[in-house]
Amino acid sequence: MTGAAEADLPAREAAGLRKLKPDRPRIAVGLATCGAAMGGDRVYRRFQEIIGAGGDDIMLTKTGCIGYCREEPQVNITIPGRPLVILHRVDADDVEEIVTAVRAGEVPYEMALCRVPSWDHVTGTTVEYGGGFDRIPLYQDVRFFSHQKKVVLRNAGFINPEDIDEYIAVGGYAAAKTALTEMEPDAVVAEVERSGLRGRGGAGFPTGLKWRITRKAPGDEKYIICNADEGDPGAYMNRNEMESDPHMLIEGMIIGAYAIGAREGLIYLRAEYPLAIRRLELAIAQARTCGLLGERIFGTGFDFEIRIVTGAGAFVCGESTALIASIEGRTGRPHPRPPRLTDIGGGLWKKPTDLNNVETWCNVPVIIQNGGDWYARIGTEKNTGTKVFSLVGKVDRVGLVEVPLGTSLNTIVFDIGNGGSQGKKVKAVQTGGPSGGCIPVRLFDTPVDYENLNRVGSIMGSGGIVVMDEETNMVDIARYFVNFATGESCGKCVPCREGLKHTLLLLNKIMAGKGTEKDLDTLGLLADTIQKTSLCGLGQLAPNPVLTTLAYFREEYGALVKK
Amino acid sequence: MDEKTLDDVISRYDSPSGRLLGILGEIQNREGYVPRDALEMLSAKLDVRLSQLYGLVTFYSFFSLKPVGDHVITVCMGTACHVRGAVEVLAALEQLLGIEDEATQDGKFSVTTEDNRFTLEIARCFGACSMAPVVEIDGNLYGYVTPETLPGILGNYGWRES
Repeated sequence: MTGAAEADLPAREAAGLRKLKPDRPRIAVGLATCGAAMGGDRVYRRFQEIIGAGGDDIMLTKTGCIGYCREEPQVNITIPGRPLVILHRVDADDVEEIVTAVRAGEVPYEMALCRVPSWDHVTGTTVEYGGGFDRIPLYQDVRFFSHQKKVVLRNAGFINPEDIDEYIAVGGYAAAKTALTEMEPDAVVAEVERSGLRGRGGAGFPTGLKWRITRKAPGDEKYIICNADEGDPGAYMNRNEMESDPHMLIEGMIIGAYAIGAREGLIYLRAEYPLAIRRLELAIAQARTCGLLGERIFGTGFDFEIRIVTGAGAFVCGESTALIASIEGRTGRPHPRPPRLTDIGGGLWKKPTDLNNVETWCNVPVIIQNGGDWYARIGTEKNTGTKVFSLVGKVDRVGLVEVPLGTSLNTIVFDIGNGGSQGKKVKAVQTGGPSGGCIPVRLFDTPVDYENLNRVGSIMGSGGIVVMDEETNMVDIARYFVNFATGESCGKCVPCREGLKHTLLLLNKIMAGKGTEKDLDTLGLLADTIQKTSLCGLGQLAPNPVLTTLAYFREEYGALVKK
Repeated sequence: MDEKTLDDVISRYDSPSGRLLGILGEIQNREGYVPRDALEMLSAKLDVRLSQLYGLVTFYSFFSLKPVGDHVITVCMGTACHVRGAVEVLAALEQLLGIEDEATQDGKFSVTTEDNRFTLEIARCFGACSMAPVVEIDGNLYGYVTPETLPGILGNYGWRES
């Protein structure tokens, strides 16, 4: 592309606002993967039939997911001058009634989850919808929402993820423009450093520092990569971030590439997320059309392109050196570091490379827009900002939850999640996937941050929180994760390949009622050896589910072994 | 897969980054598996050793070397699905489909019924954890599945109780 037109943001902003607040009613169906699968697709098609038959008086569109997954499918109604109303558990059979009500300037109260008189999109834009419908609860009074703080998910469930105008209308791409036209790259890095943002993939490395190291690495050719492989079972934050607000990720990468000095960015996205792939492809094409990707972005001398690379299902590719091997067309087997990705000889095609998780990139625009100091005031001193968690398993209110770091597990599981599903007693949560551990309910006053989760034997990981109740057998959970890690071990180093296999055999033996007390000691010893001697994070962390269940639920093992 | 289709697929990958996995992924999506002749053609066209391609196809769980049946049923074995009964769902599917092989939880598990109508597979996680347990059939996701709801779902794909 040559001479890309300077992005006309004001015109697109105005167009986007006209779509968010049209002069006629707007109906937006939540169509992320879960919403669509729970019947949102059928609801949308039914709206098309009924509205289409009655003329052009209602604007029908789609939106992403607001995170209250238990209440899918959801439909947003915006009547001019009235609050935005979110309907929940909508069925295709309800559509006719909804349209009739909307045409009369009303909403069906019995289907309403909450109303939103105005919504703060955090980046300086607040959309004022209007008043009325007082019988419907306010958004902030819905208990699933009232303890949350939406920063990363500020647009999810409100804007149409397939329309760049709506993203721009809620303050999108303003941060990229500020960074590229008013800030030196070093100043951008400094702002991210000041924010205290740490890697949201789970390890918690300071993002600004990683950027600075890559920026300083010698060489003109550098890469930035977004890790969108989201391999932890039980975690789907990244899927929703990409499906509900893909431009936020693209904008974060534009700012990062400018700060680091990269001209090409790659998104390593798992093939299991076809909708996220489609929406990102579309978003990249729209950004290119608007001159936000390509050559001379915002009329500056900065060129940048983004390419999607599809992963093919290998948990070990969450390890950075394995991920690079995978992009280069090799099997994803890690190699010892150094060289690190940020070093010459260590990154993609041996060039210095900065690798960050989807959610890390998504935090960048708001940091540039509102300043690092603003961001650092959210959360705790060493754990700034918010984190999105997928609260799933045997919990009453399943969904995606965004809270400031340092929020306790009690708040997340009981205040937001309302405790166990079907009134059952919660026993533990598992955080961090196969690399994490199980935390018993008596430790739920633990603040959720990188250090405190490590202290109790688990890890932050990418943000999966799977709730276990009184019926869950914790030995079976340990076996489940060891089985997973055994299958996903790349086989390169002995401790991981053989050690995990023998751990699994022992757990199978114990589950079959044939284990002995001595087997429990052997389990501990094996776990310790695997942890200390494995080559990469997969092996080093794989014993965590065993170690934590042995530490906190030894009696469940004891009940299974021969005395 | 004919040569022209493969050429079309290859032509879409102008950068070496992600090219091999991308092309193999498209072959898998089109054919339902990765046929040997496609691998041989690809090897010759890209000048990549067949052994390297074989290594990729067997390493990554998304690829399969075996043809699949008319309908592919994938049971999610993610953590949320596991604690909410995925093991029972998988066992019920095996029984309904008359599959004898004991299901493993290996990501490469794939069995096709004798009449070639159904293939049963497992997935690590679809990231649809809120509606666990989840089953995918021919790309359509079904949530909150139980052994009792399975016959009705399978009925949409021509399954009849025998």
